[in-house]
Amino acid sequence: MAKKRTVRSHNPSLLDLPGIWFGHHLQSVIATLGRLMDTPLPTGMTVAVIAISLALPASLFVITENLRTMAGGWDQTAAISLFLKLDTGDRDAKTVATRLQSWPEIAKVHLITRDQALAEFRALGGFEEALEQLKSNPLPVVLAIYPNAFNSTPERLERLQARLLKQPESDFARMDTLWLKRFQAILDLVQSAVMLLGGLLGLGVLLIVGNTIRLEILNRRIEIEIMELVGATHAFIRRPFLYTGAWYGLLGGITAWLLVSIAVLLLQQPVSRLATLYRSEFDLQGLGLGATGVILGGSILLGLIGSWIAVNRHLEGAEPG
Amino acid sequence: MIRFEHVFKRYPERGEALGDISFEMNPGEMVFLTGHSGAGKSTLLRLIGLLERPSRGQVMVNGRNLATLPRRQIPFHRRQVGMIFQDHRLLPDRSVFENVALPLVVMGLGHKEIGRRVRAALDQVGLLRRERATPVALSGGEQQRVGIARAVVARPPVLLADEPTGNLDPDLSREIFVLFERFHYVGVTLLIATHDLNLVESMRHRTITLDEGRLVNDTGDW
Ligand SMILES: Nc1ncnc2c1ncn2[C@@H]1O[C@H](COP(=O)(O)OP(=O)(O)OP(=O)(O)O)[C@@H](O)[C@H]1O
Ligand SMILES: [Mg+2]
Repeated sequence: MAKKRTVRSHNPSLLDLPGIWFGHHLQSVIATLGRLMDTPLPTGMTVAVIAISLALPASLFVITENLRTMAGGWDQTAAISLFLKLDTGDRDAKTVATRLQSWPEIAKVHLITRDQALAEFRALGGFEEALEQLKSNPLPVVLAIYPNAFNSTPERLERLQARLLKQPESDFARMDTLWLKRFQAILDLVQSAVMLLGGLLGLGVLLIVGNTIRLEILNRRIEIEIMELVGATHAFIRRPFLYTGAWYGLLGGITAWLLVSIAVLLLQQPVSRLATLYRSEFDLQGLGLGATGVILGGSILLGLIGSWIAVNRHLEGAEPG
Repeated sequence: MIRFEHVFKRYPERGEALGDISFEMNPGEMVFLTGHSGAGKSTLLRLIGLLERPSRGQVMVNGRNLATLPRRQIPFHRRQVGMIFQDHRLLPDRSVFENVALPLVVMGLGHKEIGRRVRAALDQVGLLRRERATPVALSGGEQQRVGIARAVVARPPVLLADEPTGNLDPDLSREIFVLFERFHYVGVTLLIATHDLNLVESMRHRTITLDEGRLVNDTGDW
């Protein structure tokens, strides 16, 4: 061993390491974006396919969310309107209200006196003349019944309605929100279906990115082989592909977000006009901060997983025999 | 530094490419590997670089048994073994500089360090002025020297060369062998597969000869 050479290797101080590591990653992140931009057409096509796959469930989500908000606004109306017999005075009505208030299934009872009812009726307009003709107030006292959340299902409401009718002062009870409950149940179902669709299309995004990366690997397999010959670790070879996958995901996510947001902006006006016709105010809501985070984070994650699978399949196929 | 113990390599399509190979190389030794075409020279080198695993027997490099080397350690083993290929294995769309820098980039060295070491390696093979050229613009001999620069740039203790002068003229071949001798003098362990028997004889280094996958002659140290 007389001629043995000392093998000196570059030895960065430990303090430098995070800097070097971060520098390499940042460089790789930027370089992979540059590579994608070098081929705008194929990149654009892949991004468009990803964007459409993401925009479809995202827009359905926006629709169901808006319907839910709309239904939530109607939820302010009482579940049951209990009309008391005409001969029940405001005083007696108050006692009934207090009695009902103590029922466990009822959260709140709101009393509308005969005068209030009349005033409200007048405010609606169009009935002034008819009312002038009448000598006395034809309207009964109404108790607006708000059940607690647990008792808001259609079956429980019906049971409550029956019980209310058994009260001696009761004339009749109208269920106002039964249809609303049904509507909300349907909405829940639709939203689950949208989530399922989102999951399927997310799987599609995974496959799109995976396949794009697979082709990219095939294009560069000689380069990969040579890098392995000179001692590149799998992590090193994987890195640029993972970043490429993440870029595809992010670009697709941003494009999907833009598509949905533009659609919401375009629909904003017609929807408000429609709402005005129904004497209500309604603002179409776009993708909130949370949904935006889910779309962008999810798309990046799908891109990463897709490329991870593609690279690993290739690297594992190239082990020494 | 390198030890073969009853190594066999069988290819399913061909049968035995190497049979019962045993020999040992000391650190800093320079050894020629000769034999007719198909004798198994490339196969033997590929086993050392872990491009291939033996069917039977053991290969030890630098005290490590390659058979028990975990998969994740393969890249780090290859950084200890510089390899020069007959077909150069250069990246055609990268400059000479980038090709030579590859082993250092893979190790994660910084820009300055890479620049310094790549230029030192290119200087050693006399190609300092061609660093910006792409391999296709180079002659066969120049490409071979780029391959050598890449193999030595990370200063591995072991250097393997598979017919490094395969299609070069005698003068160029001699130049490259003289270059190898310089690495030998600074302590690198070299194993060089070659057909060029005239050169081998004139250089007076230990020579191992293969025939049909068998080790038929070993001159021992000169
Ligand atoms: N991957 C492989 N699959 C099947 N057979 C192989 C493979 N690699 C080599 N061989 C066979 O093993 C034998 C030895 O090949 P090897 O390349 O080691 O010979 P060599 O001595 O390097 O020849 P040459 O001087 O022509 O390069 C040959 O007969 C070859 O056909
Ligand atoms: Mg060969």
